[in-house]
Amino acid sequence: MTTATSTSDVPVRTRATPQERRATGVGIVLIVLGVFVFWAFGLGSEPGADATFNLSLPGATFENITWVVSARWLAFAVAVILAFLGGMILRRSNVRWTNLALAIGLILFALAFLTWAAGGKSFSLVGMLRSTVLLSVPVTLGAMTGLMCERVAVINIAIEGQLLTAAFVGTIVGSAWGIWAGLVGAMLTGALLGAVLAVLAIKFRIDQIIAGVVINIFALGLTSFLARRVLSEAPDLNSPGRFTAFKIPILGDIPVLGPMFFEHNLFVYATFILVIVLHFGLFYTRWGLRSRSVGEHPKAADTVGINVYRTRYRNVILGGFIAGFGGAFFTLAQVSRFEENLTAGIGFIGLAAMIFGRWMPLGVFGAGLVFGFALALQQKLGILGTPIPSEFLSMTPYIVTIIVVAGVVGRARPPAADGKPYIKD
Amino acid sequence: MNDAPPPDGGWDDQGYPGWFQRVSGVGSSVGQAVLVPALAVLTALIIGAFIIAITDVDTLRIWGSDPGEAFGLTMSGIFDAYKALFVGSVGSPRAISETLYAATPLILAGLAVAVGFQAGLFNIGVNGQMLIGGMAGLWVGFTFSLPMIIHIPLVVIAAIVFGGMWAAIAGFLKARTGAHEVITTIMLNFIALYLIDYLLKSSWFQEPGRNDPISKPANPSAHFPTLGDYRLNIGFVIALGAVWFVWWLMYRSTIGFEFRAVGFNPSGAKYAGMNVAWIYVAVMAVSGALAGIGGANQILGLEPYRGISNFAGTVGFDAIALALLGRSHPVGVLIAGLLFGALRAGGREMQGAAGIPIDLVLVLQALIIVMIAAPELVRAIYRIKTPEEETGTTISTGWGG
Repeated sequence: MTTATSTSDVPVRTRATPQERRATGVGIVLIVLGVFVFWAFGLGSEPGADATFNLSLPGATFENITWVVSARWLAFAVAVILAFLGGMILRRSNVRWTNLALAIGLILFALAFLTWAAGGKSFSLVGMLRSTVLLSVPVTLGAMTGLMCERVAVINIAIEGQLLTAAFVGTIVGSAWGIWAGLVGAMLTGALLGAVLAVLAIKFRIDQIIAGVVINIFALGLTSFLARRVLSEAPDLNSPGRFTAFKIPILGDIPVLGPMFFEHNLFVYATFILVIVLHFGLFYTRWGLRSRSVGEHPKAADTVGINVYRTRYRNVILGGFIAGFGGAFFTLAQVSRFEENLTAGIGFIGLAAMIFGRWMPLGVFGAGLVFGFALALQQKLGILGTPIPSEFLSMTPYIVTIIVVAGVVGRARPPAADGKPYIKD
Repeated sequence: MNDAPPPDGGWDDQGYPGWFQRVSGVGSSVGQAVLVPALAVLTALIIGAFIIAITDVDTLRIWGSDPGEAFGLTMSGIFDAYKALFVGSVGSPRAISETLYAATPLILAGLAVAVGFQAGLFNIGVNGQMLIGGMAGLWVGFTFSLPMIIHIPLVVIAAIVFGGMWAAIAGFLKARTGAHEVITTIMLNFIALYLIDYLLKSSWFQEPGRNDPISKPANPSAHFPTLGDYRLNIGFVIALGAVWFVWWLMYRSTIGFEFRAVGFNPSGAKYAGMNVAWIYVAVMAVSGALAGIGGANQILGLEPYRGISNFAGTVGFDAIALALLGRSHPVGVLIAGLLFGALRAGGREMQGAAGIPIDLVLVLQALIIVMIAAPELVRAIYRIKTPEEETGTTISTGWGG
């Protein structure tokens, strides 16, 4: 089985620390990206093709702000910057700046890509960024659900099922009693499924992943069944109306940032608030400290008098409310009607965003925006008609997740007790 | 986790106490081991009946005015539905053929999950592995024109190789970086889904003159031969062979012993000198290979012998239910596969004859798994005495690996 260790008499070499190896990896990646940008987006674009980015939406206070840029020269500039960043990282192996350099590099890469794609055409950059924020909302809310659960060591892969069922109940209750009732109904549904997960995981101590899979299958089966059997019979139960976008005074008039962040529907603003509240709550309040302690070391938490079970139940159910809210986004804001498997894997992307954001609300929101960008890109590139098949863009979030989980972008460390049932002595 | 093996084995008393005893919590006797699943299925059917009753929109309107009539209609609705379920699954030779036909991919995929479970790995990526393996089989199917006796084995081998390699990615990532296989396999599912959509629209696969994702048909020599004009085909025989193979692998071979040892206690296996990292890759490869055959069966085992978008359907997720129901034992998976095949075949009849959407079958499956995974639920409902040794089901220990 194991090969004999013949290296035992070789003098010990000082090996690079994981951080240094990572820095080297990131440096190489940046340089490769730079070369790629030079070749594909620089040489690969028409020499005279200018990309026209619209920086305002039609009808905005400051209308018709545009930015015209030569696709080829921008690509060359980006390539140089990428190579420079990569070189700096490689030469210094400066661990501290690795993530920053990588983030800047990826944003520049995205910009070069967009310019290349929009070369010779006009493209609404603000529209794109606006849908990025909008599409990041269900992902972020799903991820927050997962975060609430995993911070108290309950793995929740039932997010998808919670979103789907909540979306379904949202449309029915919303059609019958109005959208606000629909919102409440959806949130209660999410919480109910959260409670089911909590009971299965905490009381019955079923494997939490199995419990999650079960809830997902159940949700898909039940909602599809009811959609075909009830909603098709009573279509009036499937037209709830929707929460429309409204502009925040003053803030909404800021160029670029205004339409991007402050001209949305209720769900988007609520997500902003939730992210900040959760981040503050988790790291600066007694509730947060207790929750985290239950997730990291339940036994110690129990010893100092924290009720582990109650904390877990409470957080998983609270997480369910968030999932319910996220589910309502689909039927009460986005499309305003339910279709089979409407959520189409957004819950799983949320799970990925949670890991990518390293179990921290602000980080998770950032990850949500990255995935939102990928989703928005998918929608908008169809309009531009690039040669890249949309399937590859659709894959991007999942590939990014694998790279993140595999630790290429730094080790993502989950709460220590994640997934382990706690048995009180 | 309990370190000491339970004193007495159930069906798989060869060697280590496998997943069987640890999951079941049912403990010692075969009687109990059968009792809980049987009651789980029964309970699921009863709950299913309630769901049928309360979703019957037309009858619900009558309850206020004529409860007697409404009750009668509800009862006959449930009766019709379950009668169709029964007739459609075992009521005639054709129905039995349909059941076995529907069971084929389920058994193969269920075995894939079961092999993973026994080694302590949770392969949620069966769907993706089926897609990739199936596409490889399809490619061999329409590219070559060979005698059937060579062509079909080639198709199966291609499916095995590609399904296995796709799954091995997750095994490799776990071995090398500790990335949790649940996350990576879920992600690989989505990647496979989009990848085959792309392939189906590329010139390699796409039917000339079409714009939607649909492939050329496989050559007739690669079609799985059917039994007369029934849909039952050679795929079922391959599935039975796979059941035997998995049994042999897990309980009669050294490598299978190592798989189970790693599943039982990875650190123990490591100190016993086993190469745990390599075993993770091998387990995933075997698992994916089985899934790959299931995928090939989804294309070459039914008309029109073409690849379409997500041709694996929900089989990959049903497989998890199957492996749990079958206690991860190959024979258990076979029996569970036949049961779910019957639900599938009957469900189609139920949809056609009684107008009950087939999605009800998914609900039944979910209920069955819950009750299998939490036998306390069943015992609580039927007031069965709890055996001495009670352990929860834990096969995953967080994302850290």
